[in-house]
Amino acid sequence: MAIEILPTGADTSTPTRIVGLRCRGCGRSEPIGLSYVCPACFGPLEVEYDHEIVGRSLTRASIAARAPGIWRYFELLPVDAPPARGLPVGSTPLLAADRLGPVLGLDRLWIKDDTRNPSLSFKDRAVAVAAARAVEFGVEALACASTGNLAGATAAAAAALGLPAYVFIPADLEPAKVDHALAYGATVVPIEGTYDDVNRLCLEVADETGWGFVNINLRPFYAEGSKTLAFEIAESLGWRSPDVVVAPVASGAMFTRVVQGFRELADLGLIERRPIRFVGAQAAGCAPVATAWTAGTDVIDPVRAPDTIVRSLAIGNPADGRYVVALANESGGSIEAIEDETTASAIRDVARLEGIYPETAGGVTLAAAATARRRGVIRPGDEVVALVTGNGLKTPDARRLGMHDTAAGAGQPGLAPAIRPSLTAFERWLGDGA
Amino acid sequence: MSTVRIPPTLRTSTGGAKQVEVAGATVREVVAGLVAAYPALGSQLLAGDGELNRFVNAFLNDTDVRHLQALDTPVAEADTLVLLPAMAGG
Repeated sequence: MAIEILPTGADTSTPTRIVGLRCRGCGRSEPIGLSYVCPACFGPLEVEYDHEIVGRSLTRASIAARAPGIWRYFELLPVDAPPARGLPVGSTPLLAADRLGPVLGLDRLWIKDDTRNPSLSFKDRAVAVAAARAVEFGVEALACASTGNLAGATAAAAAALGLPAYVFIPADLEPAKVDHALAYGATVVPIEGTYDDVNRLCLEVADETGWGFVNINLRPFYAEGSKTLAFEIAESLGWRSPDVVVAPVASGAMFTRVVQGFRELADLGLIERRPIRFVGAQAAGCAPVATAWTAGTDVIDPVRAPDTIVRSLAIGNPADGRYVVALANESGGSIEAIEDETTASAIRDVARLEGIYPETAGGVTLAAAATARRRGVIRPGDEVVALVTGNGLKTPDARRLGMHDTAAGAGQPGLAPAIRPSLTAFERWLGDGA
Repeated sequence: MSTVRIPPTLRTSTGGAKQVEVAGATVREVVAGLVAAYPALGSQLLAGDGELNRFVNAFLNDTDVRHLQALDTPVAEADTLVLLPAMAGG
């Protein structure tokens, strides 16, 4: 197959493919720039495309001829051209989970394995798009407010681009995630408080610095990166959509953009337009969106003190929560709240049955798929895609929750004591029923 | 008088002022006083029913007022109110 090499840095678009920014609240138009809030109504700004122009060059054939990665769909991403520099993000596998499926009560389960991105989470998708725009805007540094995965993704992207990175995190974040960001050379700014405290501070800081906060003043571009999850799922399935998509919900930005991604493919005729039920997954210890959905309202009551091992979803005040509720309802889906012990059990099941090691949000998502099946939202025979959005090495303690120590009691649960390097010792170990 | 910090998006309505002093015994009164001083802020901050627009989050001394008594939260002399767009995602 011929690989089309896109001329990096050149303007491969027409000037009008990206129409501009549009307010989700009142519909007001704004020019493309480092702006993210509607000056009229304070609503979030989103990127608007001209699909007629997009469709001229974005076809199944043109995509198939391009190199792997998120930029194979660049016409539906808010950049003038694929960036000259950046990490290889996306084109992660869609894996048939034939062993896990029956355990969860699901007949046809696929796992979108986004543990394999450069910084080991789906956040690389959003950051790649934000970083490409940040370079075009000439920002001095990349920055973010993070529950953990975004910290690593922002730090890694900045390292690849040669930009400084400032990563704001709750001070009690999992050590593995902090170390990950530090390893890439980021300046980590620990904040006393919850993620929502960090986010509020960054909203005030973002406008006073020359920094590009990927999830604040670059947010309209950042959010678009998550659409590539939908594009890749459809392409992996042979350009069609599944019956159900199960995705974790923190702020709700990724959930809404996955829905949007499938809609855009249908609008462009790249897939047949057929109903997809969207199921959201939250941790019971911080489930403001699931609580609203269960109560039948789209008014989100913020959670002041999240209490869950699922730190990557611990956003008490999710900005896109109301949209997630609406999309779950319109599609016939649901929003599930999962207890931490169920999450830990799901992490162990995915790992031991499929060879995929998810971080906590992945455990929540698989457990939510099982819950939605029991509730009847997912039906017998449905084809289900579950998004596993981060790698278990980021949350190494989580899988042990609820596990009992081995009889020997030493070391980690599930780990036998060390034996002497002798055949006799080995034979005794084997004879003990190891 | 309590202090209200104004985010950049709203500063065109306050003549560029980054923070202003406003009198009022509750968050509701402070917001009303702010809008009285800068009428252009009304359409940005308030919904038709006089409540805060759904995209506006208010923080009194760095605490979301929805965790307090919402618009009825008492405001003291030295308090600081911050108005920020509803936006979060890590």
